[in-house]
Amino acid sequence: MTAPSSDQWPLWEVFTQPPGGEPHQHAGSVHAPDAEMALQNARDTYARRGEAVSIWVVQSSAITASSPEDRGPFFDPGNDKPYRHPQFYKVPRGGGSE
Amino acid sequence: MTPPLFEYLLRLGDDRLVLGHRLSEWCGHGPILEEDIATANLSLDLLGQATLFLRLAGQVEGSGRDEDALAYWRDENQFRNLQLVELPRGDFGFTTMRQFLFDAWSFHLLEALSRSTHAGLAAIAAKAHKENRYHLRHSSEWVLRLGDGTGESHARMQAALDELWPWTGELWYQDGVDATLRADGVVPDLDPLRALWDAMAKEVISRATLTLPRGPMRMTGGRAGRHTEHLGHMLAEMQIVARSHPGAKW
Repeated sequence: MTAPSSDQWPLWEVFTQPPGGEPHQHAGSVHAPDAEMALQNARDTYARRGEAVSIWVVQSSAITASSPEDRGPFFDPGNDKPYRHPQFYKVPRGGGSE
Repeated sequence: MTPPLFEYLLRLGDDRLVLGHRLSEWCGHGPILEEDIATANLSLDLLGQATLFLRLAGQVEGSGRDEDALAYWRDENQFRNLQLVELPRGDFGFTTMRQFLFDAWSFHLLEALSRSTHAGLAAIAAKAHKENRYHLRHSSEWVLRLGDGTGESHARMQAALDELWPWTGELWYQDGVDATLRADGVVPDLDPLRALWDAMAKEVISRATLTLPRGPMRMTGGRAGRHTEHLGHMLAEMQIVARSHPGAKW
C-alpha cells in the first residue's frame, strides 16, 4: 500500500439503491483509504438499518461536475425556445412511426 | 450444580457483553469519524447478541433472572467470559487484532452452533453468525491494511499480535459442560474448529506481512470465573448506573 499523501483520506461519494429496486441515489460521502474500506464505511454510515440492497462508491475526484457559474449558459437556453423541444411539433395521428 | 446449558449460555453471552463494552469505549475516540461509527456498530451488534444469549440463559435457569439481572448484578467471579476479551482496549491496532482473532473464532463457533439441536440456541447463533460475517470482513481488512501499512502501523500490529497470542489458548478450552451438551448435539466439539481457525488466522496474518508468534499459551480460567485484574474495573464502570438506581426505567 502507498501511504496517503496527506493526513486526510480521500473522499468517496456514496450511492445506495433502496430495497424497492429504484435506481441508485446519492446518499452522501465518506473518507476511506481505498475502495473496500469506502464500501464498508458507506455500509456503516448509510445502510445499516436496511436502507439499501446495493452500494456504489466512487472517489469524489473522479467526478466531473458542472460549476455553479455555468448554470445560465448550461441550463437556461432551452427554456425560451420551445421549438427546441420535440413536444413543440405536432405529429399527425398515425404518422409518427414509420 | 448449575445446568450445563445455563453455564454455556453465560460463556457465549459474557464473551460478547465484555467485548462489546470494550469496543464501546472507543465511542467518540475513534481514529476517524467513519471508524468511530463502525466500531460503535460492532459494539451494538455484540451487545445485541449478548442480550439474546443471556435472556435465554435466564429462561434456562428458571429463577426469574433476565438479561439485565445477569449483566448488571453478577460479580466478577460469576462472569464466564474469555480473559482475551476483558483486556483493556489498548491502541487501535490492539483492538483491531483482538477483534480479528475473536471474529475468526466466532465465525466457526457460531456457524456450528447454528446447527444445534436446541432450536432457540440455533436461531440466535444463526442471527449472530450473519452479523459476525461482516465483523470478520471489517477486522480482517483492517489487519491487512495496518499490518502491510507504514513502518509504525506494522510494528504496532506485530506488538499487538505478540501480546494477544498467548491469550488465544483459552478459545479452545472445553470441560464437562461442553462434554454433556456435546453428547446431545447441542454444542459442537471445538477441537476440529481449531484447524479452521488456525488456517484463517495464518492466511490473514501472513498476507498482512506479520509473523505468527510461537510462544506458549497462558493459563486459562475465564470459564471458571477467574479473571485478570482488568475485568473488575470494567464491571465497576459498566454496572454502576444499574446498581445505583435499581429498577430505574428510562
